[in-house]
Order: sequence, then C-alpha cells, then structure tokens
Amino acid sequence: MSQPTIKEVLLNPIFNNNPIGLQILGICSALAVTSNLKTALVMSAALTLVTGFSNLFISMIRSQIPGSIRMIVQMVIIASLVIVVDQLLKAYAFSLSKQLSVFVGLIITNCIVMGRAEAFAMQNPPVLSFFDGIGNGLGYSAMLIALGIIRELFGAGKLMGYEIIPVVNDGGWYQPNGMLLLPPSAFFLIGLFIWGIRVWKKDQLEKPSFKMAPQVSSKEAY
Amino acid sequence: MSSQKESTTRTLVVALLVCLVCSVFVAGAAVALKPTQVDNRLLDKQRSILAIAGLGDPSMSSAQVKEMFNGTISAKLVDLQTGKFSDAKDPVTFDPLKASKDPQTSSALPGSQDIASIKRLEHYSTVYVVEKDGELDTLILPVRGYGLWSTLYGFIAVKGDLNTVVGMGFYQHGETPGLGGEVDNPKWKGQWPGKTLFDDSGKLAVQVVKGGVDPQSPRAEHQVDGLAGATLTSNGVDHLLKFWLGQNGFGPFIANLRAGEA
Repeated sequence: MSQPTIKEVLLNPIFNNNPIGLQILGICSALAVTSNLKTALVMSAALTLVTGFSNLFISMIRSQIPGSIRMIVQMVIIASLVIVVDQLLKAYAFSLSKQLSVFVGLIITNCIVMGRAEAFAMQNPPVLSFFDGIGNGLGYSAMLIALGIIRELFGAGKLMGYEIIPVVNDGGWYQPNGMLLLPPSAFFLIGLFIWGIRVWKKDQLEKPSFKMAPQVSSKEAY
Repeated sequence: MSSQKESTTRTLVVALLVCLVCSVFVAGAAVALKPTQVDNRLLDKQRSILAIAGLGDPSMSSAQVKEMFNGTISAKLVDLQTGKFSDAKDPVTFDPLKASKDPQTSSALPGSQDIASIKRLEHYSTVYVVEKDGELDTLILPVRGYGLWSTLYGFIAVKGDLNTVVGMGFYQHGETPGLGGEVDNPKWKGQWPGKTLFDDSGKLAVQVVKGGVDPQSPRAEHQVDGLAGATLTSNGVDHLLKFWLGQNGFGPFIANLRAGEA
C-alpha cells in the first residue's frame, strides 16, 4: 500500500470519503447538536480536535501497544482528551457547554474517533495520522455546518442567533418550519445530502447487497 | 519482538503507563480550570438573577454583570422554619442546595407536604433583595421542583408589595428541548411579569393552567398558560411555586416581611 499524502488525508474525507456521508458514522450527534449553527460549530471544533490529537497520540505509541489491549488503550486516550475538551468548554464557553450538555461527553463513543484510531492511526506515522484525524473532523464539520445552517435558517429564521428572515411570531412574513428544529429533520437532510453527493460522485454508489426476487403470483407461492 | 510485545508483563506495564499519563493529564486540566469554572457558574447564576429581576440586559459583559449584581443586589439568609432573616451563616458563601443534601442541615419532607418532589428541605435558604431608598424594591426567591425528567432550578422575583411578579425563570433544568424546555422561551417567561401571587383574601392563587388562560376569568391575573405538549413540566412549575410560596417554603417569611417582623 503506497502512503497517502498529507493533502490527501486532509481533504479526501470532506467530499470523497465523508465520515457521515459515505461511512455513515457519527449520525447520533449530527442529529442532536445541529438545531442551531453555534452549537454545530462548537461540536465540530471539539470533535476535530479530539480526532486529530487522539490519532496523533495513538500513532506515537502504536508500536508499543500490545494487540490484546489496543482498544482499551485507544479508549483511555480518547476519553482523556474528551474530558479535557469538556473542562475547557465549561471554563471558557459556559453557556455553550450548557447547550451541548451530554454530547461533548459522548464524543468518546463517537464512531469516527474510534474508527480513525483503529483504521488509520494504528498503521501510520504520527504526523500523517494527525492530519487524517483533522481531515475526518473536517468532513464531519462540513456536514454539521451544512445541517446547522439549513435547520437554523429555515427552522428559526436566524443564523448564529441573528435574525435573517423575519418570522411571523416577531411580526415578519416567514412562517418557520418547526419540524426542522426537531432531531428527525436532520435524518431527512442527511439522506438528501447523501443522495446529492452520490449523484455528483458516482463512484460512491454502493452495489446492492442483495437482489429482490421478482414478484410472484400467489399461486406460485404454494 | 512480537512475542515480547505481547507478554503479560509488557501488557501490564503499557496499560499502567498509559493510565498514569492520562490521569495526570486529566487531573491537571481539571484542577487548573476549576477556578474559572466556578467563576462561570456563579456568573451564570448572577446573570439569571438579574434577568429575572428585570435588571440589565442579556448582552452585558461578565464584568458588567458582576458590577451590577454587587451594586444592586444583596444576598440574605432566611431561616425557613421561623421565616425570619438570620445571621447564622454567611449568605454569600452558604449553598442552600448543598445544605439540602446533608441530614445535619436539612430535614426530610413527608410525602404529603412534598408537592414539588424535592425530598429534603434545607433549614436555611438564601434570598436576594434589591433595595431602593432603604425600602424593599424587589425580592428574589430561589425555587426548585421536579418536572418531567429533571429538577428545575430557578428564581421568582416579586415587587416590594410582595404580590406582583417581576419575573420568573429557570437557570438549570433537563426538560425535553422544544417541549418542556420551552420554560426557557422568552415568550412564555414574558407572561409572568405583572401577575399577582395572592388573591384579595391573601390566599396563594398563582397557577399554571392547562390550555390557555381565559382573559375574562376573575382569576386571570393569577394564571399563566401551561406549555403545549408539556403537561408534566407545567404541573411541575405549578407545584414548585405552590410549595415554595406556601407554608413549608417561604410562606411564613413573606407573611413576616409583610408584617414588618422579618
């Protein structure tokens, strides 16, 4: 296997190999924190940092980690980083950390972080792994920011808390789509994004894993 | 090399070292950031007290919040059993919530009295007062009670007549966003100012009603709309107000204050 370049690992995950769009990882937090752009941005930054640094540290000690406990070692490193990020948020962005509540803590269980540690950092040198982590974080961020913009703009008529479209409740003309503020709407949006990306980049289409048998008449069933 | 890497001793040593380094890292961060976090929590509380008392505006910087809070609001200790001000503890450092968990400084509430589902009631509580020209201008009382998922922690502010509401709000809760979480909605909170707590005969009358308030009703001045889709949170708010303004809460204190005997 030839070594990927830094540019590749950094930029590929944004469209070509998006962790949410192609690998379908990290959906849970993508639904929960994107009802407004601000929390989506903070969550993106937190996850990008955690993925980058966990990849860096794990890659640094990868030749020392015994295979039998490698998952636990990765987990300990990831968990420590997440706790530190959570503490930092509580200290410097208190109101945001209140809004994000448990979701910062849940980065520990975010499949993207663990997935990159196991799939990439265990086999590649530290600097490259670090950029792979940042790249995947950026892929996640791109999706979160897109969701955050759509949901906040059309769900509340605002962006970053500033009014963009005057809503009916405040005397404007726009009747906001309340469903966009509820988590399920992000499911529909993610689905539409995945459709869009796959129309644009045909190589992301998956082969059907099974073929449905042709319809049979009820007589043939017996 | 690989057999050496997988040996039991090696595995234990690596596990131990990783844990050690990580715990030092986490502990270091927690200790170093603690003062800022405590400061933030205090600031958040002060900000919500100011907002509920109708002072200042939400865009104030932290320095402005501190200055305004220290300049206008003073904390006072109230003995909940006698309903009088007390000097037993320092009201600035005393933490009623911590006290409510300690059997030494709180007592268990029997089920029939515990309408707000708070389980234990502290002996002393901290109230906040705004005084103007030596007269009581605004009284801010801490309230808490169980909603659907969580305990709601908040404040209610009343005018010097001890009857007209200035504002009501919660600074901490874990209700469903979009449903019970709408207790944070400025529109809902906007209904509170101007409502009166007690009716003409002096009985506690404030109420959160399911559906909507009928403006024709003679009791409309005591009533606030319940939250749509969040009956249990609305009931929780109703119950916690009835508890904290009632006989087991600040009722005796309010009566003493009105009689000038607090």
